[in-house]
Amino acid sequence: MHHISVEPPAFFHRGPSPLSRLALLGVFSIALLFADTRFRYLEGVRQVVVVALYPFQRAVLLPGEAFAYVADYFVSKRQLADENSRLQETLVAQAPTVKTAPLLEVENARLKALLETARRYSGAAVAVEVLYTSRDPFTQKLFVNKGVDAGVKAGDAVIDELGVVGQVTRAYPMMAEVTLVTERDHAVPVRIERSGIRSVLFGNGTGRSPELRFTAPSADIKVGDRLLTSGIDGTYPAGLAVAEVVDIDRDTGQMFARIACRPLAGVDRSQFLLVLGREAALPPRPEEPAEIESAKKGRRGRR
Amino acid sequence: MRMLPGVTGLNAARSEEILRPVKPSFILVTLFLALLANIAPLAPVTTALRPDLLALVLLYWCIREPRYVGVGTAWFVGLVMDVADATLFGQHALAYAVLAYAADYFRRRVLRFPLWQQAVQVAALLGLCAAIVLLVRIVGGAPLPRWTYAVPPVVGALMWPLLSVLLQYPQRPTRSSAKR
Repeated sequence: MHHISVEPPAFFHRGPSPLSRLALLGVFSIALLFADTRFRYLEGVRQVVVVALYPFQRAVLLPGEAFAYVADYFVSKRQLADENSRLQETLVAQAPTVKTAPLLEVENARLKALLETARRYSGAAVAVEVLYTSRDPFTQKLFVNKGVDAGVKAGDAVIDELGVVGQVTRAYPMMAEVTLVTERDHAVPVRIERSGIRSVLFGNGTGRSPELRFTAPSADIKVGDRLLTSGIDGTYPAGLAVAEVVDIDRDTGQMFARIACRPLAGVDRSQFLLVLGREAALPPRPEEPAEIESAKKGRRGRR
Repeated sequence: MRMLPGVTGLNAARSEEILRPVKPSFILVTLFLALLANIAPLAPVTTALRPDLLALVLLYWCIREPRYVGVGTAWFVGLVMDVADATLFGQHALAYAVLAYAADYFRRRVLRFPLWQQAVQVAALLGLCAAIVLLVRIVGGAPLPRWTYAVPPVVGALMWPLLSVLLQYPQRPTRSSAKR
């Protein structure tokens, strides 16, 4: 059987063939991928395009918000009607009861707790609301409704009323991207509340629990121990609850114990979050010995 | 002379129907709407099922209008998607460019089949697109996703017949224009 020729005759040519275009653009894409993972200098471009897309993103959110508002209206209306009839019944029975919208009550309690946390913390704190989660199935990220204009900076810690949620990784003019503590290889310096042992909590990606890595099997850690931020790297203020130890696998054949943890904060649930600005920059890390530095540079230069 | 049939019901144009030329602005608008649909927030359950609508619309135009939409357009649209998604710069660009090339290669074959059989081939093409994204991410150090990662291309393929009819609608001759 003869194939129908994919190539048009020479007099119909419209620029380079699809295959050569694909080859060229494929090489471009791979170069972009490398540039983005290694050097991160495309952040500027990203910044501009995100600002341009922002109104449309909000427009897309509008129907959902309107629906929630209308639903809320009808729910509260029905609740009021129910309440009314119930109150009339109780009036008859001469037994007063207090019924309030449970949803609103719970939300109020949460906001109050969040406010309390903000008061305890001396630095600048910005209350934010979650806009949406990332579409990408490989990452654990959120987008919140305030950005550079509200004083949110990349590197700020993000908490809810129960504990640490994550860290701002990109701040755009009107929104910010928050990487959750469950993101793969996202590190939080922690301290065991009971024994004071320092360690680092690493996220493990979607659907897997974070773990304490590089901890000796003999370390004094029990199931149920709470992990607090140690404040060592200056990103997270000290003393915020982060996670709880749920499983310890002390295999003596391994160099380190496997310690699985469960985040205490509503990492995948909370709607209202608090962004904590850094109080003061820590003194810079002392210079590493010069010979190591030059050896590293030399290796890079040769490559 | 036989009168051209008016557009009745949700059917694709038959081969004897002569379609009006597509407006480039219509292509742009549909691509943009698909991008918005892609970045619209949904509940976590539906996010796992959501097909890549942008890839689907792109595929449609690559197959139907290769003179307007080709590898270059797909690559650029992929870059915009990467930015909107805030993921690695270039992963969707690469995947969409390959998708557009595959669409161009197979387009004559795809169009010979009825819509439901086209959908099967579309599932394969969307699967290819998803596989490239997966490959890029795994090379970049991401963990393997769960099996639900394979669901969106299938959902996308199921939407293909409806999408084809909808996107073709403005190009089909109406009864009044056929009389003239």
